[in-house]
Amino acid sequence: MSRRKSEEEYAKTKAGKFFRWLSGEEDPFLGKIEMKEESSKESKVTLEEIDEDHKLLLEKVYDMERNREIKYFQYFYRFMSVVFCIILISVLIYTVSFLPKTGNANNPDNNVVSRRYIEKGLQETGAVNIVTGMILDYRAFDTFGESNVLFISTITVFILMRIERNKKRDGSLTKEEAEANDRVYEPKNDAILQGVASILVPFIIIFGIYIILNGHLSPGGGFSGGSIIGGGLILYLNAFGFKKTERFFTEKTYKWVCFCSLTFYCLAKSYSFYTGANHIPSKIPLGTPGAILSSGLILPLNICVGLIVACTIYAFYALFRKGGF
Amino acid sequence: MDFVQNIPFFSIILSMFSGIVSSVLSGKNAKRLNTFVVFFVGVMSFVLFLYLMQKGESYIYRMGHFPAPWGNEIRAGVLEAFMAFFFCVIMLCSLIGGRKHLIKEIEENKVNLYYILVNLLLSSLLALIYTNDLFTAYVFVEINTISACGLIMIRQTGRTIEAATRYMIMSLLGSGLLLIGICLLYDLTGHLLMSYIQMEIAIIVEQGMYTVPIILAIAFISIGLAIKSALYPFHSWLPDAYGYSTVSSSAILSSLVSKGYIFLLIKIFYRIIGFAIIRDSKIIHILFAFGICGMIMGSLGAIKENDIRRMIAFSSVAQIGYIYIGIGLGTKLAMTAGIFHIFSHAASKALLFISAVGITDASNESKKFADLTGAGYRNMIAGVGFTIGSLSMVGVPLFSGFISKFMFAQSSLQVPGKMLPALIVLGISTILNTIYFMKTVIRIYTPAKESTYEKIRFFTNLSYSVSIICFGIVNVTLGLWSQPIVEMIQTGLDMLA
Repeated sequence: MSRRKSEEEYAKTKAGKFFRWLSGEEDPFLGKIEMKEESSKESKVTLEEIDEDHKLLLEKVYDMERNREIKYFQYFYRFMSVVFCIILISVLIYTVSFLPKTGNANNPDNNVVSRRYIEKGLQETGAVNIVTGMILDYRAFDTFGESNVLFISTITVFILMRIERNKKRDGSLTKEEAEANDRVYEPKNDAILQGVASILVPFIIIFGIYIILNGHLSPGGGFSGGSIIGGGLILYLNAFGFKKTERFFTEKTYKWVCFCSLTFYCLAKSYSFYTGANHIPSKIPLGTPGAILSSGLILPLNICVGLIVACTIYAFYALFRKGGF
Repeated sequence: MDFVQNIPFFSIILSMFSGIVSSVLSGKNAKRLNTFVVFFVGVMSFVLFLYLMQKGESYIYRMGHFPAPWGNEIRAGVLEAFMAFFFCVIMLCSLIGGRKHLIKEIEENKVNLYYILVNLLLSSLLALIYTNDLFTAYVFVEINTISACGLIMIRQTGRTIEAATRYMIMSLLGSGLLLIGICLLYDLTGHLLMSYIQMEIAIIVEQGMYTVPIILAIAFISIGLAIKSALYPFHSWLPDAYGYSTVSSSAILSSLVSKGYIFLLIKIFYRIIGFAIIRDSKIIHILFAFGICGMIMGSLGAIKENDIRRMIAFSSVAQIGYIYIGIGLGTKLAMTAGIFHIFSHAASKALLFISAVGITDASNESKKFADLTGAGYRNMIAGVGFTIGSLSMVGVPLFSGFISKFMFAQSSLQVPGKMLPALIVLGISTILNTIYFMKTVIRIYTPAKESTYEKIRFFTNLSYSVSIICFGIVNVTLGLWSQPIVEMIQTGLDMLA
């Protein structure tokens, strides 16, 4: 054999590794991925046992022996729910046959309202994307309400899921336990996931930013772009764990980002509501339609909505997973 | 345009903004901000009310630079302004009365979250009161639902979480039906603003087109909002939600949240569909029948309860039934009675919840009736408050409940087919009310032989006593000076139509 490298040196080169992986001698992920041992403690719960438990529960709750009518009530309940659903569905289908046909030019909803949105939308709001012009300018009050819906739903999830106490109380987890619990069902540092994520996450986030920034020019806007960024953050969190994300996204970040964007939204729109209602001309220039810096308040509002949506989606995931950021 | 006319917009935005700001404040500062905002909004609404009484007509406020069918609008009349003022008073008193329990029952760093919920709830109630746009109403119904859910579960025990889940499911069903109704109306008219929908619907009905979808839309909207305001067959979420949540939440939920939905329904009936069309459709008969059942079944449920908070909660079912009877009778006088009952129930139910907590506090925090014996002597102010609330609910003259019952009876005389059932059930329900409320009052004023529980004095919890006194004053005011309020409601209804 006329090899220039010795066997040991060859094993360290990439080609050597590749051929050995091909022949199945080496597993490149061995030692890099945290492998979990099959725990023998986990009892194998059979279907029969689950059935038994369910029966026991029913006995305890309803005392089936002495209250036979509950059994009949449950049958009746199931039957009636099906009947009720069928009635509701048929009533709705029956109604649909009376509604105006889709796409007919004489339909009631093809009226002055939509005509003005289409014909004058660009001129009045400066947004090429009429939908964005509609939700962030014509009907901005509704959209402000909608972003508050997102805000308040995260607040309720905070109430429900956030783990605060370090003392144990009636079966709930403490902070440390939650930390430890976080990785029970999945391996740490999955090399495949990390590799894919490190390629994909930048693209996803850049794409989300693009959609937000071009919300007034092309399809998209704060809601869709924000959810894409949120998805990217969730992927990053899944691949690299809470330790890494904590460096740039903690509960404080969430709080202040949401606070700032909602405050800006609130103040900016208050200004335009107030001036509009009191017939004071607005001083915000609309710019040239089509340029990135155009259409008045729509671009900053889109950014605000996008930030809120991204934070909300990420916060939901983090709270449901660990009860904190 | 007068500067006063900005008040509806200011109050909605101010309460929303305070909710946003509370997210970065500490619990204590959030509490201060909340108290200030509720107080300030109340004062502003009162000023607006005086202004509108003087002016004598409602006005429309444009939200933004675009006129009517394109942009958003809100609208203020006498009734709306008074309702906003009244809601602020009740909310402030309920929060002050339950403050001590709030500190005890929720975790310390979740206090500011509670005030976020309260602020946003206030903003959504105000928006439901003032809105002139159906879709805005839907958005704020969502905020209302979610924040109410949070208010229930912020006291984290198993029962409240179960109650919140139940409330969420039922309430979302209601929202879904409301949304389907709104979609149908939009499909038929092409508008979302109330006045424009009304014009279109008048044309459609005159031409006799789309009868089935319109009936269905009315039905879905009515049933959706009936579920959310706990009308009788849809009340299953109510007793747990009111019975186990922290006391301010119970008071706010029972006296304000469900009333907000009822007012939205009345607004939809008057401003969107037109009351003549509603009267011709059979929907109000159904609401009437449900209301009748609710009056009796709710009271029966309350009699069976052995838990004072749940008993008061069940009594809400009966009272909501009264309000729906007012809607169901279909005359203007009956509607006036219904709206008056919204006020009187809000005042007395919140009082009952707050004083019941004082009574249980004086009985080692037990809610069972056997332990409550003599509690009226141990906590004087709570006992007095509970008695006032009970007398008002039962319908004893001098208190607000009497006026509304009297008006219901009076207005039922004008409606031939419904007079007899309404009067009979009113009588039965009053007797049932007396049974369970007087049972409790007698129980708390029966001297206990050997009381081991400690007494609670007037000054030990001053804010609590003050809130009970305020509620008592509100109740007596509604009972003694009812005439101006009734006249105000009637002018308000004229403005609404």
